[in-house]
Amino acid sequence: MMLLASDIEVAQNVGFGIIATIMVLGALNVVRSSNVVHAALSLVAVMAGAAAQYLLLSAEFVAVTQVLVYIGAVMVLFLFGVMLTRAKLGKDVDLNNDKGWAVGAPVALLLLGVMSYVLIKGFEDDKIVVSGKGNASAAANRALSDAIFSSYALPFWALSFVLLAAVIGAIVLARKD
Amino acid sequence: MGVLAVDLPYWAQSLLRVLGGTVAVLLPAGTIVYLFLFKMMSFMQSRLGPMEAGPYGSMQLFAEVGKWLQKEDIAPARADLKVFRAAPLVVLMSTFLLVAVVPFGPDAYFTDFDAGVFYMLAVSSISTLGILMAGWSSANKYSLLGGLRAAGQLIAYELPMVLAVIGVVIQAGSMNLQTIVIKQNSDSIFGWSGLGYPYILTQFVAFLVFMIAVQAELTQVPFDMPIAESELVSGYMTEYSGFRFLIFFIAEFATAGVFALIASVLFLGGWGVPFSWFGWETAGDIDNWMNVGGPLIMFTKMMVLAAIMMWVRFSYPRFREDQLQRFAWKVLIPVSLVNIMLTAIFKVAF
Repeated sequence: MMLLASDIEVAQNVGFGIIATIMVLGALNVVRSSNVVHAALSLVAVMAGAAAQYLLLSAEFVAVTQVLVYIGAVMVLFLFGVMLTRAKLGKDVDLNNDKGWAVGAPVALLLLGVMSYVLIKGFEDDKIVVSGKGNASAAANRALSDAIFSSYALPFWALSFVLLAAVIGAIVLARKD
Repeated sequence: MGVLAVDLPYWAQSLLRVLGGTVAVLLPAGTIVYLFLFKMMSFMQSRLGPMEAGPYGSMQLFAEVGKWLQKEDIAPARADLKVFRAAPLVVLMSTFLLVAVVPFGPDAYFTDFDAGVFYMLAVSSISTLGILMAGWSSANKYSLLGGLRAAGQLIAYELPMVLAVIGVVIQAGSMNLQTIVIKQNSDSIFGWSGLGYPYILTQFVAFLVFMIAVQAELTQVPFDMPIAESELVSGYMTEYSGFRFLIFFIAEFATAGVFALIASVLFLGGWGVPFSWFGWETAGDIDNWMNVGGPLIMFTKMMVLAAIMMWVRFSYPRFREDQLQRFAWKVLIPVSLVNIMLTAIFKVAF
């Protein structure tokens, strides 16, 4: 396979490398950190990195959704919950479970193997066409919303129904009277 | 920056954008603080306000900044230093990210973001994270309570803000802020185009809901439970002093300015004047001087909106925590949902 210089978006690849490094380090810190809030904040860094990767692929709508849902809502609620219940400053000794390595490491490796296989098998030599000039992103947004509201309308409704059920369930559980 | 910067290399354009963004954040913040916080509040309370530094106290801001910069950088002994130091920067970052999407003229914008409205709503929620970080890392019960209150409030008031904006998006048929501005100035009301078609006329309810939600998002009176000084010293900012407090302070008023800019874009026609005044038909006909005049027009509209926000801030007493939550969930959200429904019906009918 010949790699022609004109085929490679150098700036994008450098950006990808930097962001991916931050994401991997952040992800490691999530499981390694002995402080719940630090772990959560590292998770924020990973989420933000994912949003940045979407931006590099000129999928701006997905990137913004990632920020709005995961950073703006999920992580804020997560931190809110943690701080309301066990917001310990400093180290939390019983947070890390050292006995789980024997089970955890093989599972992690298996997961890595399965995901790499699926991704490589699924896309093989496909190249992502980055055409972020002019109105390409507007067209991409339109295509995305068309897909959601036509061919994927039924799964979309099913998902909304499940979420609604979850919300009502939460209210029923939380109400004491 | 199409026409203006077409000859500049990329690095120069980027430099210009960074400079422009800094000006767009700091200039409104400074003006709001001096004009409204120092002077208007003083006059409303029958006093003169700062008079010593410079003519009529106009150099007071520089004196204040100098004072803050000289102060010692103090952090509580048990504070989580890394998070404590990062928190004000996260809040300020959210402000800078917000301004990136605001258009100031036909070619004078930072990014022509197609999902601009959506981006604006997403990015404004990042400041909540910074406030939670500040509240937790200070190792202070008042701070933690303030941070938690702020988070609860910001989550509750983000919804009405999103829902209010949807009315405008339906009417404009676009989430691009630039398109929304151009639409408002090129459309006509029943064939009469002397005023353009600012959406405040048809979306007045959405405008009210948006401004109330913005007031709550900024944790300004009457929604300032997170920093309620009579209960919580000053909430999540209690332990901050010197430069770090200054960053929080700048972020608060800069965000007020940026939200006023966004409100003027969504409801008042943004940088534009009605295009029929100068015989422009489409966005391509706009004269180049609008790239200079546009920011000035935006600034004027922003000052009017900021004045209203500050006026409310200086006039009303504080809500109680449960009243605040009830107001968001039982009044603002239903009202904006009805507004969306009516807008959609009218959009389809006409």
